[in-house]
Amino acid sequence: MYGILIIGAGEAGVQAALTLRQQGYQGQITLLGDESGRPYERPPLSKQCLLDGSDAPLISGSQQLEALNIQYRNGQRVVAIHRNQQQVELASGEQLPYERLLLATGAQARTLTIEGMPAEQVLTLRSRGDAERIRQRARPGQNVVMIGAGFIGLELAASLRTLGLEVTVLESAERILQRAVPASIASLIAAEHQQQGVEIRCQSSVEYASSTDYGYQLHLLNGERINADWVLAGIGSVPNTHLAQDAGLNVDNGIQVDHCLRTSDPMIFAAGDCARFPLDLYNTEVRLESWRCAREQGEIAALNMLGANTIYNVAPWFWSDQYQLGLQMVGLPIGVTQEVIRDFNGSRLVFLLNAHQQLVAACGVGPGNTVARDIKIAERLINQGLHPSAEQLADTSISLKSLLKG
Amino acid sequence: MANWIEVCSLDEIDPEDVMRFDHNQHSWAIYRCPNGEVYATSGHCTHERIHLADGLVMDDIIECPKHNGRFNYKTGKAQGAPVCEHLKTWPTRVENGLIFLNVE
Repeated sequence: MYGILIIGAGEAGVQAALTLRQQGYQGQITLLGDESGRPYERPPLSKQCLLDGSDAPLISGSQQLEALNIQYRNGQRVVAIHRNQQQVELASGEQLPYERLLLATGAQARTLTIEGMPAEQVLTLRSRGDAERIRQRARPGQNVVMIGAGFIGLELAASLRTLGLEVTVLESAERILQRAVPASIASLIAAEHQQQGVEIRCQSSVEYASSTDYGYQLHLLNGERINADWVLAGIGSVPNTHLAQDAGLNVDNGIQVDHCLRTSDPMIFAAGDCARFPLDLYNTEVRLESWRCAREQGEIAALNMLGANTIYNVAPWFWSDQYQLGLQMVGLPIGVTQEVIRDFNGSRLVFLLNAHQQLVAACGVGPGNTVARDIKIAERLINQGLHPSAEQLADTSISLKSLLKG
Repeated sequence: MANWIEVCSLDEIDPEDVMRFDHNQHSWAIYRCPNGEVYATSGHCTHERIHLADGLVMDDIIECPKHNGRFNYKTGKAQGAPVCEHLKTWPTRVENGLIFLNVE
């Protein structure tokens, strides 16, 4: 009995291991993590962990790994998958056999090289260690330049500003969160950053850096210069696909899997940030970087490794917290032709409809978790294929919940 | 020892909805279920310190506004990952259209 081997001890890997036991699987389960320590949650790294120096919380349920007889091995780097032998090779040379293999290898932060600036002055965030480095570097009053105005970039900007740094955000696109959220939501977030004293410059790119007596100066393509003690890059992430690729699995911006999260080798599955999967709800293929998707896919991969044929087909869900604002988004903004805005009590919801008047996504922002309930309702509307009209969605005298009940 | 305190009038909570109630540095979530009965649980999700009153109530289930932790608010029972720890529940009663909570 060689059992099930899981590469990657993030949300997807841990959830898969726990689900296997919940399903009554009695074979050996080995969970390999490449970092040291216990499996932890990444979302707080850009927020609470920076603000108060707290440790990243452990992944829910991961405290029970040993009690469930799941062999968790940290600090283990896998160097190869030998598919013909059904074995995985560790950096130490040790070979681990498997009956089923789950690739939950995640992604890594895309790095940025700036001419004239040493690499150690350009930080990125993905791991607990990265968060610690940023926290040790950050001192009130420093000038820090954040390159990239996506969720991670803006969350870091908010946290560093709260810690008293002078923060400038550079974004090459026309506006912040261009690919992620509608302009009517992004403008509220940009306004909050400005209110807090963060300078956001869009359509701005760094050409090179020069060192000065007190730090560095970034020279922008448009000729402007900005002082920076150090730089943070939040310019997306790259899926960890090299093991899959070297093993000859299909890879295309992520490890290609089918509806059941199987790779092109039926003994090998992939889940979470590293996987590119078909999403029938939107008739497309996607790779998501989503805490919740990783957990859900870990669970589904586990069921399917045990012989089920469960399909992953739900609207993606994301959140971001910046200052006191909470943003939530559900669905994918594909083929959007109409936006419906619904404002209430300092919060805003935006519903995105396609040319067939079908609700495809919803995004909201407001203080704390004020938009959560309505985004959950939108999630149900999308997943259940219910398509209320634009008029109904805009009409604040109609409760959104009533639309669920038809 | 029973220690009943007044929460609010029943009308202030819509059926199948939830409201936050704070008293003496404690926080509760007060639920009015579809048939009108009133229930109370601890205010915060057992996963992270997120208040459940921003969550969505559907039938007997409250869903945490953040991470989709789900609980049966009548029994406090956690409905599976990411929540495994149950919610504490508290006795309530409705008298003359007013909701009371036993905080002992």
